[in-house]
Amino acid sequence: MTKLASMLWIALAVGALGCGDNGDNNPCNGVGEHCTVIPLDATAADIQTALINAQPGDTIGFGAGRYVIDRDLSLTVDNVRLAGAGSGEDGTILSFATSSGAQGLLITGDASVVEDLGFEDSPGDALKWEGSTGVTARRVRVEWTNGPDATNGAYGVYPVQCSNVLIEDTTVRGASDAGIYVGQSDNIIVRNNIARENVAGIEIENSTRADVYGNLATANTGGLLVFSLPGLQVHNGAGTRVYDNEIVDNNTPNFAPAGNIVGLVPTGTGIAILAGHGVEIYDNHIANHLSIHIGIVGYNITMRPYTDPLYNPYSDSLYIHDNQLEGVSREPTGPLGFLLVQGMQELGRDPTTAGVASIVWDGDADPAKVDGNGDLMSQFALCIKNNTLDGAAADYVNLRAPLNSGVTPTTDLAPHDCTLPALPPVTLP
Amino acid sequence: MRRVAAGVLALALGACSGDDGTTPVPDCEVAPGTGPVMPATGLCNELSSYRLFTDLPGQVAAAELTAFDLAVPLFSDYTDKHRWLYLPPGTSATWSDVDALELPVGAMLVKTFAYARDRRDPGAGRELLETRVLLHQSVGWKAASYVYGDDASDAELAVAGDVIDASWIHDDGTPRTNRYQVPNTNQCLNCHGEHLAVLTPLGPKARHLNRPTVAGGGNQLEAMIAAGQLTGAPADLTTWPRDPTIDDTTASLEDRARAWLDINCAHCHNPTGAARTSGLDLSITQTDREAIGVCKTPVAAGTGSGGRRYGIVPGQPDQSILVFRLESTEPEIRMPELGRNLVHTESVALIRAWIAAMPGSCP
Repeated sequence: MTKLASMLWIALAVGALGCGDNGDNNPCNGVGEHCTVIPLDATAADIQTALINAQPGDTIGFGAGRYVIDRDLSLTVDNVRLAGAGSGEDGTILSFATSSGAQGLLITGDASVVEDLGFEDSPGDALKWEGSTGVTARRVRVEWTNGPDATNGAYGVYPVQCSNVLIEDTTVRGASDAGIYVGQSDNIIVRNNIARENVAGIEIENSTRADVYGNLATANTGGLLVFSLPGLQVHNGAGTRVYDNEIVDNNTPNFAPAGNIVGLVPTGTGIAILAGHGVEIYDNHIANHLSIHIGIVGYNITMRPYTDPLYNPYSDSLYIHDNQLEGVSREPTGPLGFLLVQGMQELGRDPTTAGVASIVWDGDADPAKVDGNGDLMSQFALCIKNNTLDGAAADYVNLRAPLNSGVTPTTDLAPHDCTLPALPPVTLP
Repeated sequence: MRRVAAGVLALALGACSGDDGTTPVPDCEVAPGTGPVMPATGLCNELSSYRLFTDLPGQVAAAELTAFDLAVPLFSDYTDKHRWLYLPPGTSATWSDVDALELPVGAMLVKTFAYARDRRDPGAGRELLETRVLLHQSVGWKAASYVYGDDASDAELAVAGDVIDASWIHDDGTPRTNRYQVPNTNQCLNCHGEHLAVLTPLGPKARHLNRPTVAGGGNQLEAMIAAGQLTGAPADLTTWPRDPTIDDTTASLEDRARAWLDINCAHCHNPTGAARTSGLDLSITQTDREAIGVCKTPVAAGTGSGGRRYGIVPGQPDQSILVFRLESTEPEIRMPELGRNLVHTESVALIRAWIAAMPGSCP
């Protein structure tokens, strides 16, 4: 180092003593080691430098206040905790409203924890993990403050190709695809979160072993989705438990940009399963949806082409029981809602007066998994029992798609009077 | 030119933090002497420490460096890019058919980004922006960017990246401006972590290097072999892979488009790259039409879909998400995601022509 450079370093160090206020409730206040304060006047470049220079075991601490972030941030170091002073209005707000970046924060390191932080107005996805083992989001808020808008970022909290994922006590609002979206991941707990005014509140896609419980999904287009899509490296999801959730009033008009699969979710959907395998849905309270409380379809009904030979487009091995449904759905929307209306009409039922069935299957069964009667074999069955609608037995329809094929829909629940073994609970290491 | 980012504050940050004072300071232990040199580990704060140039403002490279060009470069907002390779004495690169040539420990790749002040007039000079280096240290490759000061007498390490407001006269004589983005260290990895997030060179692949030398005489790969800088090349030159340039009309639209997509997109869009989660693979080796986007529905595109249903709709560039994203300058929509603020009109025209001529349709 030249003499001039040495002098510069000294000057910087001295100058640094006068730099920014740590902010109230900064998790690093009073913590001597392995805790890097991000002062309130830090720029995005400062924050990015701290993320690059972080060492495993470090905490990066943000104080109460608003940080204006003008570019996307990324973290590649393992075992780093990003912590703020709370995710509410008086906590820490990372505002990406003026960002020139594609997303908010991208984490590729393992074993990261993000907690007590608010992320606002990211141009694209807000908080994304890719390829990480060990993901924790706790008491985080992700919000597009303008509310539902097609120009909002797609995903709020977004682990993809991750394992050992925990998302809890987190709130997401305004995502133009899914608020909480776990994709192509394994071993997942999503609990006690609030998702509102997103297209999909919570979505588990092409993922294995997920427990989703204690969440509130409200005022989304669709409350909770379990999907498998073709053409991905994780070809099929399996093993999702959805229980003890409050899924109510998800009637916000679908605002997904066209082309995205969630654009097909009918406005007013409680739970939707698309090409789901091994899904158990129980003890949920699902209320007041314009289109449908619980809908189960295969991928074929989307009319989208695919060539993935390892993809299974059918829904099977589902166990839906002991859910409390409330309110008759009378205004199904979109192409899938239209099929439902048609199906009810084929049965001589006027959806506008009598409403549509509260649990619906499109009837697209895997030909490799049916018996001589065309019913799913017992180990792959679609078991539906002990669900109530407004206190009485919940009604059901199998649309036996395609419609107008000479086979009429049926409301017969007898083929579904079965049970499947309970799925094992997810445990995180 | 106006510099926007607060690099000085960035360096100072560690000092006002409650940490234990271990904020890494670049570590630049190099042997005294002349000629190119790099630290065994770590990085230098100033570009001059590597002794890569005998005249830094004039960009006169040391005699030990070999200038090279790529048949099809990554588009970088209409900057001119100047590339050099340094190989330690007595070492050579090893041929690879698909991946980058294998370079020995001690090798350095050097790339300077500059704006011609007037793209119609080379005599009008240029504005130096940054020089990026890839250093092959014993622990692996390391990447860094150095940003020039106003007098270009030296360039300083930019760990957090930078933004440079630049302007120039474009090919058509119109004044153009750009908030040119210097990548931060993690963003280097975003592209150069082409496979499994392991940092590797991208440019020096045989198919990109198989073209005339910078000086104009002979073929770059043959020149490397003649200079003892490359071993293991197949004896039959006609079997060497070669990228056609985007305006090489002797090559098919298909070959030109796929070569362009390969170098501009496939560092992320490959089965072990950062965009693997999308299922879109634009590698030159991919033969599955759906995997390269034909009638492929988007997975997580969000607003990036532009309301279009498929990545590529044969015959319909205006219905293809690929074109929508190449033509967008919105951060959350545009592709590539990094390193591009501006639309590359010439390559978009190629991709449009390729899709327009593509047979078939989507449901």
